[in-house]
Amino acid sequence: MNKELRRVSVATLAMFLALFVSTSVIQVFAVDDLQADDRNVRTLYASYSAERGPILVGNSPIAESVRVDDEYEFLRTYPEPFPYAHVTGYFTLNQGVTGIESAFNDFLTGTANEQFLDQLSAIVTGQSPRGAAVELTVDPVVQQAAYEAMGDLTGSIVAIEPATGRILALVSTPSYDPNRLSSHSTSEVLEVYDELLAADGDPLINRAITGDLYAPGSVFKLVVTAAALDSGAFDADDEFPNPASLTLPLSSSIVTNSNNSTCGPGDTATLETALRLSCNIPFAELGRELGEQTLADYTTAFGFGTAHEIPLTATPSTFPTGMDEAQLMLSSFGQYDVRVTPLQVAMVSAAIANGGNLMQPTLLERIVAPDLATIDAPEPVLLSQPIARSTATELTALMVEGVANGAASNARIEGVDVAGKTGTAENGETEPYTLWFTGFAPADNPQVAIAVVIENGGGQGQSAFGNQIAAPIAKRVLEAVLSR
Amino acid sequence: MSSTEPTVPLAGPVVDGDAPLAPATQSIRIRLRTPSPLRTLEFWLVLIAIAITGAAVTLVQLGALGALDPQVLLYSAGLGVLGLGVHVVLRIVARDADPFVLPISMTLNGLGVAMIYRLDIAEGFAGWESAGIRQMVWTAIAMVAAIGVLVLVRNHRVLARYRYVAMVVGIGLLLLPLLPGIGQTINGARLWIQLGPFSFQPGEIGKIALAVFFAGYLVTARESLSIVGRRVLGIQLPRGRDLGPIVIIWIAAMGVLVFQRDLGTSLLYFGLFLVMIYVATGRLSWVLLGLTLFVGGALLASRVLGYVGGRFDAWLDSFNPEVYEAVGGSYQLVQGMFGLANGGLIGTGLGQGRPDIVPLAESDYIIASLGEELGLVGLFGILALYLLLVARGFRIGFNGSDDFGRLLAVGLSFVIALQVFVVIGGVTRVIPLTGLTTPFLAAGGSSLVANWIIIALLLRLSDSVRHQPRLVVED
Repeated sequence: MNKELRRVSVATLAMFLALFVSTSVIQVFAVDDLQADDRNVRTLYASYSAERGPILVGNSPIAESVRVDDEYEFLRTYPEPFPYAHVTGYFTLNQGVTGIESAFNDFLTGTANEQFLDQLSAIVTGQSPRGAAVELTVDPVVQQAAYEAMGDLTGSIVAIEPATGRILALVSTPSYDPNRLSSHSTSEVLEVYDELLAADGDPLINRAITGDLYAPGSVFKLVVTAAALDSGAFDADDEFPNPASLTLPLSSSIVTNSNNSTCGPGDTATLETALRLSCNIPFAELGRELGEQTLADYTTAFGFGTAHEIPLTATPSTFPTGMDEAQLMLSSFGQYDVRVTPLQVAMVSAAIANGGNLMQPTLLERIVAPDLATIDAPEPVLLSQPIARSTATELTALMVEGVANGAASNARIEGVDVAGKTGTAENGETEPYTLWFTGFAPADNPQVAIAVVIENGGGQGQSAFGNQIAAPIAKRVLEAVLSR
Repeated sequence: MSSTEPTVPLAGPVVDGDAPLAPATQSIRIRLRTPSPLRTLEFWLVLIAIAITGAAVTLVQLGALGALDPQVLLYSAGLGVLGLGVHVVLRIVARDADPFVLPISMTLNGLGVAMIYRLDIAEGFAGWESAGIRQMVWTAIAMVAAIGVLVLVRNHRVLARYRYVAMVVGIGLLLLPLLPGIGQTINGARLWIQLGPFSFQPGEIGKIALAVFFAGYLVTARESLSIVGRRVLGIQLPRGRDLGPIVIIWIAAMGVLVFQRDLGTSLLYFGLFLVMIYVATGRLSWVLLGLTLFVGGALLASRVLGYVGGRFDAWLDSFNPEVYEAVGGSYQLVQGMFGLANGGLIGTGLGQGRPDIVPLAESDYIIASLGEELGLVGLFGILALYLLLVARGFRIGFNGSDDFGRLLAVGLSFVIALQVFVVIGGVTRVIPLTGLTTPFLAAGGSSLVANWIIIALLLRLSDSVRHQPRLVVED
């Protein structure tokens, strides 16, 4: 019996050895693989239980982590959800992260390489890990004014400080409440997400940078005028034929001015008049004479074709290539396939306002560690110099005239010279217009450049113009900046 | 049982409450005055076990609650006192019993209580709703049952007499959950009975009855089993009438597999039987035959029975997303491994991990919970405790003088070893996952009572190794 017992003992020992080995394999050798598995919610919980840093505008949080009594320990909350939704983005548990929340995720969670030493000292000192605060350039007063000015309209506003590229306001409407997406109940989040996806006006889309691109209409005339003046091919007082309508070459399409008449009295219209009154026919002629290549070069210099990182990535604006003459003439007043983001339009104004120097637009003021040390505070970056200072000065004068005595009259501000340009883009025979205003103020010392776009003709189909709806909105935002 | 045999003078000078004889009380006094070195060792070890349990509960409270809850500490202190009570009973009725068995059981039981209590905190349970409190109550009941067995069973050889009663009781308990009305299906397995507010797993007690039966039966049948028989294909087969009980057990094990849908219990009974028949007869060929029968049956079941097949898939292909998502798939297995990985070498610390993420973290998966918070170091400690416990049981098998006692000790110890292997092996993917309880650690009253009765029997058997009963009760 003892012999058998000895064998059973050996077998039992072997069973235990198998357990010693299997536990060792799982708890030591396979740990990295197991923790990297995306089904391992412990890894997720660990990343959530660190206190995520706040997102600040003007020292007050627009996104912050509030301690709650559940397994994630912190709930992401947005004290001013609607005006800032497209800036902060949303932060869900496992359904994705957008906006600044996503762009600076590493810093907010405290896992960026720059914060390695902080993490190390937190481990040694036994403190719970905390993320860095991300301070934005957005001015809460301007942002609030912009959001309120939009009211129930669908569209977007981008306001930039021309000298630095700091984005003072970035609004997209309709907006949504990101608090509803940061709930810790995944089913609830999915439900809200589906609801927002199906909602009228696609509130989740950030129209300022990543929406469907817009036809710029007449605001594109700024780029064409800049190309005409800066290339030296034309002066502001060069004259163009002034018919009431123009049949495009090799086409039956007819171009008219927005008033369905001539561009002011006389057989010819100057470039200055054409821009001030926003006439289409002279610009069609001008574009044809400048040629596709010149226009393409200037659009590129103004930032078209680049996915700007603010650091949210914007969709590149486009200027078509390989056009025939008719298409080129349509493109010259911002129709055909010219497509822009509101950010790009604001950048055009900002470059003119800043003496021809286009600054890299950015939302980031600085990143501050929990111990208040500055981790990153970017200096203004010169992106390009699309036009000479003299061109910028001349163009500014034309734009001031456009507001003072021209088509952009509703942007006038008492006692301040406002430079501006309106746009009313057609989207097809029966589609409502896209309404624009872009410009800057004060004209002699620009503090802010702005682009306002309103979709669906501001609810008035094809009967409203940029000057009626977009210009007054821009005026309110400009006033908010000027009265700071 | 022994107290019903007043005409049989029982082994040695022992306490007998009914005995009016002056010499008996005299001998008690002598016994109490003579300190047993084994019991002194046990006393200190029991204190260490109490300290470990107290420390574990305290750490759980500090880690998971962030504060101390004196009431629960008081409860666990009560269990410590009860453990000391068992120790005192041993001083009186089994003074030569093995000194390691009780402290090891108490330590394991205490760690289990602490972890179950910790999971209650995570789930927000309190009071009678809390599995930890229930586990404490069951521990108390189980310890009292162990004291009862120690006091009642003064001579283990009496049990051999009731071997066929044990067989009927064992198989009866095993099949009880199949009865309509009281049988209950929990988590897919039909292993429970419901009597009023209590649910109980009769198979847990059944395994003790079967171990008693196997030991008794094999002691009498071993001669004929090992000598008589025909050789077929080089294997010595037993005679038909000797084979009868073996076939019955095989059918019972397969019945459990098919009707109660529990691979683990089936494996446990059959493994117990094979080991005991091997130790009794020395016939390796039968073990191989039995294993072949069992593996064949299990493989067939994995083809025919969906749940067995699912277990095999989950074992072999755990990380396959399809298997992971499947109902009855590898979700629990994979989550348990994530928990173990989270613990790593030294663990997250009690109350600091997330063991509650894994389904059934307090019962089937208690070892993953402990592994997460105590780490590999803690698991090695727990495995070492089990190994030591089993080794102490096998020691009785090596040193005992009567074959019944030796077989019973080996059988009971092996049940613990096999159960540990099946559960932890299942959790760590050594074998397919089955639904057995981890002895002493897992939440569950029937399991605790059964295991403490096993401990009482092992203590009784170890006592008789050093302290031979004078009269052989044999029929």
